[in-house]
Amino acid sequence: MMNIDLKKSKAVTGAEAVANAMRQIEPHVVAAYPITPQTPIVEYFAKFVADGVVRTEMIPVESEHSAMSAVVGAAAAGARAMTATSANGLALMHEIVYIAASSRLPIVMPVVNRALSGPINIHCDHSDAMAERDSGWIQLFAETNQEAYDLTILAIRLAEHEDVRLPVMVNLDGFILSHGVEPVEFLPDEVVKEFVGKPKRVYPLLDTENPVTYGPLDLYDYYFEHKRQQVEAMEHAKKLFPKVAEEFEKISGRKYDFVEPYKLDDAEYVMVALGSTNSTIKYVVDWMREEGFKVGALKIWMFRPFPKEKIQYYLNGRKAVVVLDRSASFGAEAPLYEAIKSALYEATIRPRIGSYVYGLGGRDIVPEHIRKAFMDAIEGNLLVDEQRYLGLRE
Amino acid sequence: MPAKYLEIRWHGRAGQGAKSASQMLAESALEQGKFVQAFPEYGAERTGAPMKAFTRIGDTPILVRAVIEKPDIVIVIDDTLLSPDIVSGLDEKEGVLLVNSVRSFDWIRNKTGFKGKICKVPATDIALEEIKRGVPNTVMLGALVKITGVVPLEAIESRIEKMFLSKFGEEVVNANKRALKRGFEEVQCEEV
Repeated sequence: MMNIDLKKSKAVTGAEAVANAMRQIEPHVVAAYPITPQTPIVEYFAKFVADGVVRTEMIPVESEHSAMSAVVGAAAAGARAMTATSANGLALMHEIVYIAASSRLPIVMPVVNRALSGPINIHCDHSDAMAERDSGWIQLFAETNQEAYDLTILAIRLAEHEDVRLPVMVNLDGFILSHGVEPVEFLPDEVVKEFVGKPKRVYPLLDTENPVTYGPLDLYDYYFEHKRQQVEAMEHAKKLFPKVAEEFEKISGRKYDFVEPYKLDDAEYVMVALGSTNSTIKYVVDWMREEGFKVGALKIWMFRPFPKEKIQYYLNGRKAVVVLDRSASFGAEAPLYEAIKSALYEATIRPRIGSYVYGLGGRDIVPEHIRKAFMDAIEGNLLVDEQRYLGLRE
Repeated sequence: MPAKYLEIRWHGRAGQGAKSASQMLAESALEQGKFVQAFPEYGAERTGAPMKAFTRIGDTPILVRAVIEKPDIVIVIDDTLLSPDIVSGLDEKEGVLLVNSVRSFDWIRNKTGFKGKICKVPATDIALEEIKRGVPNTVMLGALVKITGVVPLEAIESRIEKMFLSKFGEEVVNANKRALKRGFEEVQCEEV
């Protein structure tokens, strides 16, 4: 768990924490759709722009599709460009989200995870992020406001690394983190500025001496090869993430990795999840450990690229693994479960495994739900092909 | 259970400052070296709609992110919201119900069926007198500090200064401080 110094901390919402990361990064361009389903991240940032705290060019656009388009244009021109969105806003960006990745533009975008309509719902789940799972973006998930802040800063370096050149989504749970106040230890402005440095311009559109084409027609002759390069870039992201994380640790003292093990050393029953629910899972692990149950947790920080090797390393040989998903894939297994189960195909000692969907549309998840899923695992009551639900009326 | 936190559940109507109060308490407690968490439960997002906010305070990091089902203290900023549901999960031996009301203890008991400790303060009246606006949240914080001692009164005063001084000036700060102090002094409690 991240140790933070309370004396140096401020009690802020996740949105304010992320907006301050953006203030310190001070991108050249931020384009955003300024009303619902936008989040307070952009509201705070727009104030920084209006107050002259940052020199960022802020472009209020008429839709999220345009927000992502403007950011793509700015990044292609050679600018450091960011935006932020949520839920249906992300869905409306969808077309250009793919284009950002395939154009290899290192855009960093905090995403406040909220349910996609319909029915209309504004609360937390991961359906928005999962709809972009295969878009070619790196996807990081924060458990706390501190992590949302840290990962936004760290993401700049990962995205812009010349061997990566991929956009990054920094996911934080809607309302639970975005509107929830907790202590966050901010780094000094100059430390962040030095860490992110100046962006290295790679084939900028505005370099008229060396003209390049972005977004060309690319049919059966080369499209496939370009997609292959995106696959390779994700492999590079996997290779370089530990190095970037190590450098971030040097300035912050906080260590990031693909995953975070919690009380796993002797754990026989392990729960795997994304995002803020990991806090409540840790609480239940502590609670059940006091009663003598050998339980632990594995938090997934990086969902794309998927850190298969780390997952195998931590889950191989356990008695049982419980996977919690905050989104469903209708007609198939839930996204995280499917990925974990697939990773365990190659495990030498495969654990029993079970799938639990929870929290759709902001449905609360309480310690007792998590305990129930752990108890199912402990009692040998997991069925690999049965999707179960926590906190659902049936 | 492993970690024990002080858990406070706020009930109010959107616009009455329950969310701000829940956060201001968390900020004050953080300044006192405590781990804190505060978050609102949004419903319809319109002024006047019933809403809840939550504050957790602890000596260890706050891990639970669920809404508070078993609060130590329930604070009701608008007494038209009183019902048996509002004290749901509140322990009758240890728990405290704090209400902004000019009504009698019997009336509050009748509305809620709560048999434990009830405290009340005419927070809207005090806010109108001191701040000239019917925003009762700082008064409620003063009352809460008196009942629980969760943070010293000065900690909230210093938050008021930090939040309001540059934005609204000294007059607003002093008015809020007076409101806070009167909440502290004028809250009345009845134990059964």
